[in-house]
Amino acid sequence: MTDWLPPLILATSLLPAVATFFLHQESHVWRNTLNLGGALLKVGLVVFMLVEVAGGTLHETRIDLVPGVFLLLRVDALSLLFLTLSAVLWLLTTVYAIAYFDHKPNLSRFFGFFSLCVFATTGIALSGSLLTFFIFYELLTLSTWPLVVHKQNAASMRAGVSYLLYSLPGSVALLFAILWLESAAGPVEFANGADFADLDSASQRWLFLLFAGGLAVKAAMVPLHRWLPAAMAAPAPVSALLHAVAVVKAGAFGFVRVIHDVFGIERVTDLGLGIPLAMLASVTILYGSIQALRQTGIKRRLAYSTVSQVSYIVLGAALVGPLALIGGLAHLVHQGLMKITLFFCAGIYDERAGIHEIAELNGIGARMPWTSVCFSLGALGMIGLPPMAGFVTKIYLGLGAMESGAPWVVAVLAGSTLLNAAYFLPLLYRIWFTPPPDGERPGERPLGIVVPAVITGLGAIAAGLLAGADFSPLGWATLIVERHYQP
Amino acid sequence: MSLPITALVLCLTLPLLGAIATVAAPRHATPLVTSVAGLMVAVTIGLTSHVAIHGPVVVALGEWAPPLGIQIMADGPAVLFLLVNALVMAAVVLFSLAPIGQPGPRSRLAQTFWPLLLLLWGALNAIFVSRDLFNLYVGLELASLAAVALVAIERKRDTLNAALRYLLFALTGSLLYLLGVVLIYAGHGTLDITLLAGELGMHPTDALAIGAMTAGLAAKTALFPFHVWLPPAHAGAPAPASAVLSALVPKASLYIALRLWLEAAPGAGDAIAVNVLGWLGALAVVHGSIMALRQERLKLVIAYSTVAQIGYLFLVFPLALGAAGAAGSGVADSAWNGTLFQALSHALAKAALFLCAGLILEAAGHDRIARLAGVAQALPVTLFAFGLAAITLMGLPPSGGFMAKYLLVTASLEGGVPGWGLIVLAGGLLAAAYLYRPMASAFRHPDQESAAPFTTVAAWRQAIPLGLAIASLALGILPAVPHELMGGMP
Repeated sequence: MTDWLPPLILATSLLPAVATFFLHQESHVWRNTLNLGGALLKVGLVVFMLVEVAGGTLHETRIDLVPGVFLLLRVDALSLLFLTLSAVLWLLTTVYAIAYFDHKPNLSRFFGFFSLCVFATTGIALSGSLLTFFIFYELLTLSTWPLVVHKQNAASMRAGVSYLLYSLPGSVALLFAILWLESAAGPVEFANGADFADLDSASQRWLFLLFAGGLAVKAAMVPLHRWLPAAMAAPAPVSALLHAVAVVKAGAFGFVRVIHDVFGIERVTDLGLGIPLAMLASVTILYGSIQALRQTGIKRRLAYSTVSQVSYIVLGAALVGPLALIGGLAHLVHQGLMKITLFFCAGIYDERAGIHEIAELNGIGARMPWTSVCFSLGALGMIGLPPMAGFVTKIYLGLGAMESGAPWVVAVLAGSTLLNAAYFLPLLYRIWFTPPPDGERPGERPLGIVVPAVITGLGAIAAGLLAGADFSPLGWATLIVERHYQP
Repeated sequence: MSLPITALVLCLTLPLLGAIATVAAPRHATPLVTSVAGLMVAVTIGLTSHVAIHGPVVVALGEWAPPLGIQIMADGPAVLFLLVNALVMAAVVLFSLAPIGQPGPRSRLAQTFWPLLLLLWGALNAIFVSRDLFNLYVGLELASLAAVALVAIERKRDTLNAALRYLLFALTGSLLYLLGVVLIYAGHGTLDITLLAGELGMHPTDALAIGAMTAGLAAKTALFPFHVWLPPAHAGAPAPASAVLSALVPKASLYIALRLWLEAAPGAGDAIAVNVLGWLGALAVVHGSIMALRQERLKLVIAYSTVAQIGYLFLVFPLALGAAGAAGSGVADSAWNGTLFQALSHALAKAALFLCAGLILEAAGHDRIARLAGVAQALPVTLFAFGLAAITLMGLPPSGGFMAKYLLVTASLEGGVPGWGLIVLAGGLLAAAYLYRPMASAFRHPDQESAAPFTTVAAWRQAIPLGLAIASLALGILPAVPHELMGGMP
C-alpha cells in the first residue's frame, strides 16, 4: 500500500529546514512563519493519523533506492507514540526558541538545523525497516552537531567533539550490526521481524551486543553517557529538544524496536539477553541519579537526571513483559513532558535572572512564580509523586518487573525514587522556602518562553491524572502492547 | 552518423579542438572555454540519458571492426565517468573565471591553464570510452603529461619539485604499462578488451604482462606505497587544478585496471595477487588517514584524504575476484557497484573540498588549520559545502559515499570475509576524525586580538563547490539510475 501521508509528514519538517537555510538573518517573520507553520501542520496531520491508526488503518510508503535496498516509512501505533511526542514538543520548542533567541545572530542556521533535527527524529519514528532507521539515526547525529556547537565558544566546541567521539563509533557498531544481520536474513522490516535461521546463537548474541552498543550511546547509558552532560553547553532550546525528544529518545526508541520488532521477545528471553540489559539500565538509573546529586549547576543536574530517566524506557523494554513495556513506552512520553518543562524553566532562569547554579535559586519562587511552579511540577513528576506522570510509569515498571520475575527491579525503582527526591527536593526548598536576595525582580517575559513551559507542565499532570483515558500516553502504550501481544 | 554516435565523438574531439583553439586565439580564450564546457555538459547529459534508456553506444573507428579497427564504446560505467568528469571540469572552469584566484596572471591563464585543462578533459574521456589497450595507453600518457604540467603551472620551486616527482612516477608507470601491452600483443595478436576477454591469462607471458600493467597503473593511481608523489603535487597545485587532479586523474588509471582485471581477465587473477591489492588498499586507507590527521594545512589534509579514499577502490579485487566473489554473483556485483559509487562520489566530493579550500585560501590568505577561526562567519556557504562533502567522504547517509560503503560492506559480509568491511567502516571513522579538525577550527569564533580580516568572496563562487557536494549527496539519495548504469560485474 503506497500512501502519501508519511512523506508529507516528513516534508512538514524538511521543507522549512531547507528553506530556512536560504533566509536572510533579518527575515524574522518569514523564518518564524515557516517553522511555526510546518510545526502546526504536522501536529494537525499527526492528530488525523492518531484517529486513523486507533481505528486500525496503517499507512505505509516504500521507496526503492536500488534493487534490494529500500526505504520504508510505516505508521503504526508505536511510531505514532514517538511521532506525536516529537510533533507536539517541536511546536512548543519552536515557540520557546523564537522568544528565547529574539534577535540573536545566526538564527537562520539555527532554525535550519533545528528543523532538520526534527525531520530526522520524525524519520526515526516512521522507519519501518532497519536500514531506514539507520539512515535517519545518522541524519540526527549530523544535524544535531551544529546545534550543540551553536554558541561557537570553547566549551561548546569541546561538547561537539565529545558528542561525535561517542556518536560516530556507535553508528559504526550499529551499521555493522545491521549489515551483518541483513547479509544473513535479508532486509529487516519491523512488521515481520528478522529471520535468524542462518545465525548460530553466539552470532545472535554478538549482534545484540553490537545493536545495544550502538543504541546505548544515544540513549546515554553508562558507560557511554559522558557526551550528554557535556552537551549542556548548547543553548536552552537545544537542551530541551535533546533531552526530551530528539537524541536520547532516538536511542531508547531504537531499543524498543530492536528488542520487540527485530529480535522478538521470545528470542531475547531464550538467549538470556533481557536481564543483562535490564541490569545495565538499572546501573545507569542509579549511577545517573547519584551523579545528579553531586552536581551544583542546574543544567548539569538535569542532564544527569536525564541519563537516569531515559534508562527507565530501556528497562521497560528489556524486561520483555507487557506491563513493563507499557510502563517504558508511557515513560517515553512522560519523561519528555517533564524534562522539557524542567529545561524550559532552566532556560528562563538562565536567560531572565542569570541563574546557573543551584545555590542561586534562593527565593526565586516568589520572584518568578510561573516559571517556578512549572519547574516544581516537572521535578515532582520526576520524583514520581502521585498523581503525576512519573508515578504512573513507576507503578507499571514495578508491576512489570514482578511479572517478569525480576523483583530486584522494584528495589532499583525505590532507590531511584529516593535519589530523585534527594536531588530535586533541595531545589524546591530553595525556590520556595528561602528568602530571596535583594535586588531587582527579574521578569518572566515574553510570554513565548513561559507559555510552553506552562503547557508541558500541565501536560505532565494531565498524563498522570487522565492516565486511564484512551488517548493518554498510558492508554496509547496499552494499545501498542495489546496489538503487539495479540497479533 | 546518428545522434548518439555524434555525441560520443564530440566527447572526445570537442575538448581537444577547444584546447587548440585557446592556444591559437588566447584573446578569446574565456568565451571559447566557457562555451566548450557548456556544450560538453549538454552533450554528456544527452549521451548519458541515451545510454540509460537504450543501452551502450559503440563506434568502430573507420568502420573497421576489431581486431583490424579500433572500437570505442560508451557503456553504463563509461557514461557515468564522462558525466562526472564533465560536471567537475565545468565547475572548475566556472570557478576559474573570476579575476581573483586564477592560477597565475591572466595571460598565462589563457596560454597554459585553459589548454591544459581541456587537453586533460579530452584525454580522460578517451580513457573512459576506449576499448583498446594501446588507445588507453595514449590517453593515459596524455592525461599524465597534462596533469604534471598543471601541477607545475605556477612555476614555484616547491611545486616544480613536486611535479618532477610526479613525472618520474607517471613515466615509470607508463613504461610498465606499455611493456604489458607489448607482451599481450605478442601473445594474442589483439589489444581489444572484448576480444581478449576469456583469452587473457592463457598465454605464459600474460601473468608478467598483467603484473607489469597493474604495477604501472597502481603507481599512477597513487596506491600505497606508490602514493608519495600525490600529496605534494595535489596540495601544491592551484586549487582548481588540484580539484581536477585529485578528483579524476587517479580514477582514470584505476578505471583501466578495473577494465583489465574484471573485464578482460576475470579468471586470471590468482588469490594471492588479488589479496595483495586488497591489502595495499587497506594500508592506504589507514596510512592516508593517519597522515591526513597529522597535517597542519588544509590542502594537505585533503590531499592525504585522497590517498586514503583511493584505498577503498582496491578492495574490489579481493571482493569481486577472490574467494568472496566466488560465494555468489551478488557479491561481485555489489563490490563492483560499490567501487564505482565510491569512485564517482569521491570525485564530486573531493573536487568540492579542493574548491572550498581554494576559496578559504583566497579569503584568509593561508590554509593553516589552526588559524581558520571565523571562516564560518566569513564563508558560510563554503563551510556548508565542506560539511556536505565531508559527509560523503565519511560514508554517512544520505550520500553516494554511504551507498558505496553499504555495498562494499554487504559484499564483504555476504562473501564471508568481514575483514574488508571492517576496514571500510574504520576508514569512515578516520575520515570523520581528519575532516573534523578543519571543520571545527573554521566553526570557532575568532578571538578578539587574533581576528584576521577576510577578503570577501562572491556568493556565486561559493555556490560552485556547494553544487558539487550536493551532486555527491544526490548519488546516494537517487541511486537507482546510476546503479542501473553500473550494471554489476561486466
